[in-house]
Amino acid sequence: MYPSRFSYDAPASVEEVIAILDQNGGEAKVLAGGQSLIPMLKLRFASPARVVDINGIPGLEYHRLDPDGTLRIGALCRHEDLEFSEILGNFPTLSQASSLVADPMVRTRGTFVGSLCHADPQGDWSATMIALGGKIIAQGPNGRREIEARDFVLGPFVNALAFNEVAVEATVPPAKGKALGGYLKLERRVGDFATASAAVALDVDGDIVTRAGCALAGVGGRTIDANDAISILVGKSLNAESIKEAAEAVAAAAEPRTDHRGSSSYKRHIVETFVTRILSNIVNSEQKAA
Amino acid sequence: MTSLYDEVQAAPAAGVEVRRITVNVNGTDRTVDVEPRLLLAHLLRQALQLTGTHSGCDTSGCGACTVLMDGRPVKSCTVLAVQANGREVETVEGLATASELHPIQEGFKEEHGLQCGFCTPGMMLSAKALLERNPDPTEDEVRWALSGNLCRCTGYQNIVKSVLWAAKKMREQNQEA
Repeated sequence: MYPSRFSYDAPASVEEVIAILDQNGGEAKVLAGGQSLIPMLKLRFASPARVVDINGIPGLEYHRLDPDGTLRIGALCRHEDLEFSEILGNFPTLSQASSLVADPMVRTRGTFVGSLCHADPQGDWSATMIALGGKIIAQGPNGRREIEARDFVLGPFVNALAFNEVAVEATVPPAKGKALGGYLKLERRVGDFATASAAVALDVDGDIVTRAGCALAGVGGRTIDANDAISILVGKSLNAESIKEAAEAVAAAAEPRTDHRGSSSYKRHIVETFVTRILSNIVNSEQKAA
Repeated sequence: MTSLYDEVQAAPAAGVEVRRITVNVNGTDRTVDVEPRLLLAHLLRQALQLTGTHSGCDTSGCGACTVLMDGRPVKSCTVLAVQANGREVETVEGLATASELHPIQEGFKEEHGLQCGFCTPGMMLSAKALLERNPDPTEDEVRWALSGNLCRCTGYQNIVKSVLWAAKKMREQNQEA
């Protein structure tokens, strides 16, 4: 199996990428880690006229913290850079997801931002970004704009980028107060896509939740934004009652379908279990720390 | 040398875009004209005749085609050959010297880490990448590092033993050195 023919560019700057995208009117595709795009090219699900490889652009591999605690992730930051990162202490949702993305070889090569752009309904990172209230920075002929992660995924494999825009960075805001959260994923075998997964991110002041975010993968035609559902935790402390209420609300927001990975009701049950488990784990680890 | 689909080693048809790339494969620079769509696995197997890299599933799922690119494990069926331009690629052929097996190969021999042998090259290269970062891995860490490599004989138990055997031998060698 191999891709259909395409022309190949390996520009050395983001500006050149944008110029090529602009000139090709939607017939050019950006190649970052390639761990989704190359399989699609091989299966001929995608057959772009041009492939624009951004791997030669210097200075996009970073992930770093701003002085205010904002996390910035460059377009060529690989999954494994986050898996082995030492600066994700305030982003437990991301650090827990980082080793669950695909398998080790995909994590060597695949990128965080590329995974967001791929907008797979079963993708791990989109769920974490929506739960965390992250943003995607898109650059086009008219400069840069910020897109909220929850507005970035429009549908299965469809993102909000214009044909002449490239995602150059993802940003995650710092927690106000203490950052708590987690990510749990059910997969049929290691490295598989999520049968169902849940990302939860909380900001906590004392023991009161000041912000609650949640998103789900594998249980809908796109990443499910369950931020509204879990917001019933805001102003409350985590206890058996509030956890049950939140888990039920999030499970109700899921839109699972029955397929070879499981029945709709099974997947909804998994979501409820995962949210309960993440929130209970938070309570347990906080009690241990106190 | 030119490597194209359907016409490996032949001259490109009119209008077919080719790129000249130089890839350091197992320590030797190899210069090849390739179509941009040529996959690294096919560059290795077809153009360079290095058939130790196996194509298993062809859909980026099995890890049989794993090679090291700049020391890190990648699925060579999911990297374009042009993307290896200027980089170092190590395949299973690069492990042994003319007279001596690599300790990882020795481990697979000592612990019977293979049955049909199809997944073995990919397993060994994933293991090499692990041991370069972590010379003294736990059994769990070995299993995690190999989690992208499928063995359809399901001989995982001995594969894990083989890697642990190799880790020990390599640590001993390093102490002697």
